[in-house]
Amino acid sequence: MSYFEAIEVSKKYANHLALDKVSITVPKQSIYGLLGPNGAGKTSLIRIINQITAPDEGQLLLNGHPLKPSDTAIIGYLPEERGLYKKMKVGEQAMYLAQLKGISASVAKKRLVYWFEKFDIMNWWNRKVEELSKGMQQKIQFIVTIIHEPELLIFDEPFSGFDPINVNLLKEEILHLQSKGATIIFSTHNMSSVEELCDRIALINASKKVLEGQVAEIRKQHRTHAYDVKISHPHTSIRQLLPEQFTVLNEISLPENQLQLTIRTSGSSRSNDLINALVHHCEIISYNEILPTMNEIFIEQVKATKPNGHE
Amino acid sequence: MNKIFLIIRREYLTRVMKKSFIIMTFLGPVLMALLMIVPAYLATLSDMTERKIAILDETGWFMGKFENGDNMAFESVFNDLESEKEKLKSGKFDALLYIPKPDLNIPVNAELFSLKQASMNVTSYLRNVLKTEVENRKLLASGIDPEKIKSSKTAINIIAIKLTDDGTESRSYTEVEVGLAIFSGILIYFFIFMFGAQVMRGVIEEKTNRIIEVIISSVKPFQLMMGKIVGVALVGLTQFLLWVVLTGAIYLVFATVANGSAIPSASVMSQAQGLQTEALAASGSMSAQGNLSMVMEVIDSINFQAMIFSFIYFFLGGYLLYAALFAAIGSAVDNETDTQQFMLPVSLPLILGIVMANFIVNNPDGPLAFWLSIFPLTSPVIMMIRIPFGVPFWELALSMALLAAGFVLATWLAAKIYRTGILMYGKKASYAELWKWIRYH
Repeated sequence: MSYFEAIEVSKKYANHLALDKVSITVPKQSIYGLLGPNGAGKTSLIRIINQITAPDEGQLLLNGHPLKPSDTAIIGYLPEERGLYKKMKVGEQAMYLAQLKGISASVAKKRLVYWFEKFDIMNWWNRKVEELSKGMQQKIQFIVTIIHEPELLIFDEPFSGFDPINVNLLKEEILHLQSKGATIIFSTHNMSSVEELCDRIALINASKKVLEGQVAEIRKQHRTHAYDVKISHPHTSIRQLLPEQFTVLNEISLPENQLQLTIRTSGSSRSNDLINALVHHCEIISYNEILPTMNEIFIEQVKATKPNGHE
Repeated sequence: MNKIFLIIRREYLTRVMKKSFIIMTFLGPVLMALLMIVPAYLATLSDMTERKIAILDETGWFMGKFENGDNMAFESVFNDLESEKEKLKSGKFDALLYIPKPDLNIPVNAELFSLKQASMNVTSYLRNVLKTEVENRKLLASGIDPEKIKSSKTAINIIAIKLTDDGTESRSYTEVEVGLAIFSGILIYFFIFMFGAQVMRGVIEEKTNRIIEVIISSVKPFQLMMGKIVGVALVGLTQFLLWVVLTGAIYLVFATVANGSAIPSASVMSQAQGLQTEALAASGSMSAQGNLSMVMEVIDSINFQAMIFSFIYFFLGGYLLYAALFAAIGSAVDNETDTQQFMLPVSLPLILGIVMANFIVNNPDGPLAFWLSIFPLTSPVIMMIRIPFGVPFWELALSMALLAAGFVLATWLAAKIYRTGILMYGKKASYAELWKWIRYH
């Protein structure tokens, strides 16, 4: 069941089309990755979902209803360009931003204390933001994004500016929020985190959606039928042993008389044919298919749909 | 509505709690009081030193013409210039005036030697004496008796009396009114610029801090802009009222000390307000000082309730109008140095108001004064200048209505620029760009 849906959304700025009939469907309680190179239109779409700007065409549905202004109270947004008032005290500022999201002062206080204690930053409460490091500020920013317990969370490049420890902390929190029922949209360039976290993705390039689906499925669709095989060293050269529909892309000799191979199949032959071809000449130690990484798919797709030349 | 209130509260509190605000609030009245007290004090001080001036008069015309004054004593000397110069250097006198023998009956090229720079007072007195004497001689040479000329000179005093609609006559004191007019005009100008710039800086701060996008995902850009403008307006009003009360208190203390008469402490606070207004009038017109009863009469003749009401109205109206424009400028740039190109056309009408001030007080009911006091961009300053001279009710009402309309229009325009501008980074906006933003639906 879909929680959020954008249907044929277009947005035109003075002299370029930022979004060209983009549709996405975000299932309830999923983590949805919005991918695309810089300037593809991700931020435009995210701003439209947050009702910061209005689309020129298209429809937006939240929980089956058209998006309305009061929905900002159930959306949490962490923009890519983020910051805090430098001269304001941390606690005061978090209270202010929480109340702007429509929760009362007493509730805000209670929840902030919970999160500050959880992140072990209670002693920052009365310090000015400018005294904190960038990573510390990001933690505060994360807390104020989720403080109103939104149903829909939108993170634009959430991991930029975090050290690896905090990236992990953040990932855990994101997964935790999902398990509690939140639906999460996040845009990123970090493809490893996409494979790790996302259930579904949409790839946007040059204002158009070029790919959408489940991560596992997309990787399968883009497979090149290549396999990683580890075998015991055969008596003759492996290249001569294999029929011609199998191409050895790479060959590494390992200790204990073992061989590491990368083999691509072509034509109609599939993995069982390769096993059959190998099994008579040597012992198969390990065998697995190489699926393309999201990173490779991303680069391939972006190159295939060449952007038509705006900056 | 609740969210706008939150924004106003933040904008107000963060500014009022700032050290600079507190310092300005207390320093302002002290500076203002000093501005009034120090010149008066210095004036009494400079009269004390006496200068001895030697006159070396080769013409012999000016014997006995120089009269010893408060701070000048004259002595005629008769040696040659060089030896008198030596005496000057040895400190026998402070200055030496040398009047050489005239060629062709045209003298008036006297030389004044002194060890220290001669003051304006001294030179202008000397010039005056020389001039009068030479003129008299010329008159005599052409057969006219200078005494007759002197006796024909007449002093004419015009007592201006304003005839009001209900038939009562009141003596008007133009000098006091001019002072009051210019003072309130400058005050409005100063307040609009100071607090308008604060709004602009606040917008730029939110943009450069990159907090703007977080906030406008919770509230509408218009709410944020109006919250900021209203919050800063309240800061301005707070500062103004504190200044009025504090200046009044300082003036009161000073006046009490100066008069040596004790005023019962219970009445101090209640009188502070009244004395403040007196202070305004007195500082505006130095010539009215020294004649307290006249000043009091003038103050009675001015409708202060109307003045304070109009001041607050035109301050708020003018501020709101300009603050909206300043907010739009702030949203269109990335940092304060880029504001220049937009600041100039916006501040030009305000500056025009101040430049025109002198002209307006000379002709407070003329067509230029009328039009400038109706046009919303100049009316806050110009109307405040006109009010002490009396403005027909319909003109005041028209000006106020147009100012309100101007504010609505400016806010509408500014909101359109603002909501696009705050999300634009790294691009230097041009006027063409701004026009495009305004036309976005």
